[in-house]
Amino acid sequence: MEAIWDVLSSEVTYSSAVRFAALLLFAACGEWVAERAGTLNISVEGMILAGAFAAAVGYDRFGGSVAAGLVAGCLAGVLIASVQANMSHRLPADQFVVGLTLNILVLGLGGFLDAELDPTTQRGATTDIPLLSELPLLGPALFAQPWPLYLVYPLVPLVWWLPFRTRWGLEVRAAGEYPNAADVSGLMVNQRRREAIYLAGLTSGLGGGYLVLGAIGAFEDSIVGGRGFIAIAAVIFGGWTLRGTVAGCVLFGAVVSFRLSLPQQGYDSLNTELLSALPYLVTILGMALFAHRIRPPAALARPFLRGLK
Amino acid sequence: MTDVAEEREVEIDTKRAARSQASARRAAIIEVVVLYAVCIAAALVLAAILVAATGGSWRDVFSALLDGSIRRPGRWGLTLGTALPLLLVALGTIVNARAGLVNIGQEGQLLIGAACATYVGVRLGGPGPVVIVALLLAGVLGGAVWAGIAGALRYWRGVPEVLSTLLLVTVAANAGGYGLKNPSLLLAPAAGRANRNQVSEQLADDTRLPRITVFGNEFPISVLLGIALAGAVAFVLARTVPGFRLRMLGRNPRTAQRAGVSATRYGMGAMLISGGFAGLAGAAMLAGGDFGNYQLVPGFSVNIGWTGLLVALVARERAVAAISVAFVFASLRTGSGFLAATGVERRITDVVQALLVLALLIPPAVIYIRSRRRALAASKDRV
Repeated sequence: MEAIWDVLSSEVTYSSAVRFAALLLFAACGEWVAERAGTLNISVEGMILAGAFAAAVGYDRFGGSVAAGLVAGCLAGVLIASVQANMSHRLPADQFVVGLTLNILVLGLGGFLDAELDPTTQRGATTDIPLLSELPLLGPALFAQPWPLYLVYPLVPLVWWLPFRTRWGLEVRAAGEYPNAADVSGLMVNQRRREAIYLAGLTSGLGGGYLVLGAIGAFEDSIVGGRGFIAIAAVIFGGWTLRGTVAGCVLFGAVVSFRLSLPQQGYDSLNTELLSALPYLVTILGMALFAHRIRPPAALARPFLRGLK
Repeated sequence: MTDVAEEREVEIDTKRAARSQASARRAAIIEVVVLYAVCIAAALVLAAILVAATGGSWRDVFSALLDGSIRRPGRWGLTLGTALPLLLVALGTIVNARAGLVNIGQEGQLLIGAACATYVGVRLGGPGPVVIVALLLAGVLGGAVWAGIAGALRYWRGVPEVLSTLLLVTVAANAGGYGLKNPSLLLAPAAGRANRNQVSEQLADDTRLPRITVFGNEFPISVLLGIALAGAVAFVLARTVPGFRLRMLGRNPRTAQRAGVSATRYGMGAMLISGGFAGLAGAAMLAGGDFGNYQLVPGFSVNIGWTGLLVALVARERAVAAISVAFVFASLRTGSGFLAATGVERRITDVVQALLVLALLIPPAVIYIRSRRRALAASKDRV
């Protein structure tokens, strides 16, 4: 009990929780749109890793410019997305196979190219936002971080606005709910699905860039370590709503940082395996308990071909 | 025109039609072969460019891969031993894929199978052969239970099995890690020092799978079991009533329901078999000797589960074809051990493997789309 109180009252806990949650949010926002369009995009793990590696290389090659690194990260994410999108929604190749293969490909490429190019990076300095960062407890966590993290604050409303307040978003959601109806109404179902995957690649690549330049500071091939899957779990946990997804990201980010900060404060008797598995267990349990209330997009993970049910 | 002349004309017409049909079939076959050749060549060229761009020589890499997987003495035995778990995982995947279920959690099922096998193999005393059978069965059981969780959630709570199997992979990894920290579960009793390596006890000599030596190549006896199981899976799916029902369930669940095939029973069965195969793969890895040192270590599954899943899909869900695909994938794995001499990072084999899988996904998809377009065009002509 004391352990929990110690952890809850330390500012370090909050700022590390925010750092983890931000990575999950970057990835989960795009993943959420892709899933609303009907793709269970498993390659998000690979997208983050590709983004992280490209960001490290971009940072190294463009004279230590964080912005250049982030742009490179986005491009790499979109590159992976373009393979996923075109293979699963132009050709009818199985999206899980494509996704898994891409994850393996990026992991191999990351390890291979990292040994060859060996980019050197460092963690960016923190940028304090005046006044807000002086708030007790949560202030430094939310507003005294390296600046790439702040990109997540406009990203979330943007990702809400796109699907719910634009024509494009309506078409994307139609493609994920009832592609046959969308098709006979003249919408380009597979085109919209591809675009949604590109968006996922963009935000995941940005997340990867943030991870390497804003949170960790050096690239290694285990840098993502399954957090892409936690982002997918967060989307599912959130019942395919943006609100739930954000809540899932914050919760899982807190769990991850909790696991890391407990031993630092001298409590290593806690079961770290249970804490690592907790996001997944909570998601599975949530799906099992609220299966009737949580409804996936009706055409999730179903390829669309005209004339096929 | 006389009747005879008319008859002859009809005859010529049918002959011509038959000839054009035959040439169409030939064209289709050529199309398939060319497509596959182009795609595989593209993947290999891409990999070669990658090697060349980083200052390596693709010829050296290729020859090192061949040396490491087949040419050097004793290497193809190792490749066979590596191919076995891939084949077993693939066989299970074929069963669930034919039933229309998507199990992508083999990596976790394999690990749980290996953990159960370790527990039984280390704890159970008795004559060697009995322990071997018991630990293999424990592996099957462990894998089946882990997949069964996902199956039960699918059929009783409506949770998509894709998601639950995927999420259970990490849970399995953590459960295995937990077991390896606790002496009461899997951790080897520390002999006089704090055991910080987190490894399990080794299997005793007489509880390891016997190894066969052919022309100086050593491989565990389980390889023969794997080939027999591939034949069995192919036979059951193609030639028996349960196999037919399973395929019907996969092809058209509604027809299956009308014909009285219980989706719950057969789907659940397919999940259990699939997990069981993955668990068996884990147990065979443990007792076979080509992976680790007859003991469970953190990260024991070394991506065999993921790769086995890809083997099944590259083999187009055919059990017998999976044998050769598993061997090719295993060759890349064992060949990578010889890459250090060429100065090229060994991770290139992961890249080659993934590129190959992506390349092999393209032709069937293109052929499918083309045949649909052709059918659509033909139906329009008729109207």
